[in-house]
Amino acid sequence: MKPAAFAYDDPRELDEALTLLAREDEDVKVLAGGQSLVPLLNFRLARPDRLVDLNRVEQLGYLRREGDVLRIGALARHADLERSAEVAGGWPLLAQAACFVGHPQIRARGTVCGSVAHADPAAELPVALAALDARFHVRSVRGSRVLSADELFLGYFTTALEPDELLVEIEVPAPPAGSGSAFVEHARTHGDFALAGAAAIAAGAEARMALLAAGPVPVRARAAEALLASGASFAEAADAAVAELGLAGEDADWRRALLRELVLRALEEAGA
Amino acid sequence: MTRRIVVEINGRPHEAEVEGRLLLSDFIRHTAGLHGTHVGCEQGVCGACTVQLEGAPVRSCLLLAVQADGRSLRTVESLAPAGAEGLHPIQAAFQETHALQCGFCTPGFLMTVDAFLREQPEPSTAEIREALAGNLCRCTGYKAIIEAVELAAERLRRP
Repeated sequence: MKPAAFAYDDPRELDEALTLLAREDEDVKVLAGGQSLVPLLNFRLARPDRLVDLNRVEQLGYLRREGDVLRIGALARHADLERSAEVAGGWPLLAQAACFVGHPQIRARGTVCGSVAHADPAAELPVALAALDARFHVRSVRGSRVLSADELFLGYFTTALEPDELLVEIEVPAPPAGSGSAFVEHARTHGDFALAGAAAIAAGAEARMALLAAGPVPVRARAAEALLASGASFAEAADAAVAELGLAGEDADWRRALLRELVLRALEEAGA
Repeated sequence: MTRRIVVEINGRPHEAEVEGRLLLSDFIRHTAGLHGTHVGCEQGVCGACTVQLEGAPVRSCLLLAVQADGRSLRTVESLAPAGAEGLHPIQAAFQETHALQCGFCTPGFLMTVDAFLREQPEPSTAEIREALAGNLCRCTGYKAIIEAVELAAERLRRP
């Protein structure tokens, strides 16, 4: 199908984009990579009055290391994560997760910040970023604020972003020195949305884990992390990671079993 | 609300007055009249509409024509332009290994493979399978397509 009509702006400056987002008389949507939004437009499931296309705001197109942190601008694409030597060296989990996002054509266009703002609980990058303790920088004409993953992700496709706010940057602190990382998932067909997945960063007994499609938001397995720190085995930590989940419905049992296995594999791979 | 745009396709400028909602795939087919790019699912799943935007393979059904204003595109017509002798090596490899039957998906595969082999001239079979994962073919079962990419890669390395 074809999108319903909308007004279209492609500002050159961030301030101009924020001013457009602040229009209260219209339903305004941000367009970045468009790999989730444009299908919704084509199906007419989304019918915004106005699109603010960020693709010509050149100041947002960056992916760079600054000291101990990685800064991901609003226009950095999945393919940038895959190809960056900086990411491969310092934040390998992001490259490991990016490989699972859609297909090469999707990764050439889709943006990291767009995936986060879309907040699909089956998306890979929000899970990896939750495991990495990323901080999400948000701007609007009213000012700016910085949110954690717990503060940003509120539910299925729902974030704490107000309609006039833009996720301008993701700041990712360096993982612990000497840590390994792994991202694993299970999908029915290659490149499809995963049914379950897990990200792990491990350095000795210190580990961080986040689960994909284990609830309405990326789930950080904090109880399991605490257990590991007190000497538990990977298997015991995997048990604890799924015991925390409020899975319900007739598929809860196999979903729990699948998630447990994936957490275990992620820990073993990251800790190896 | 319309806007005048100029998109360079295969080295030639195409200028038109378009609505914001016009998909790039429709601009290529209906405005520029280049019917080699096929439209399958129009939701970013099948890969038939794959073209190259500034060299990168993208789904033209998930881009708006206005987003390509001032940018450069390549479509399947660029591989063996009118007047050129014979087929492009990738096209020839597809023909020889029977990597197509109905041919509907082929332009998307060709543009994906062309971009892929430029970046990875010596791919493993696993890398080829990964590179092709975003293009669906309902005729061949893919085996012959993978063989075509292997053959094309070999010939492009030793022209």
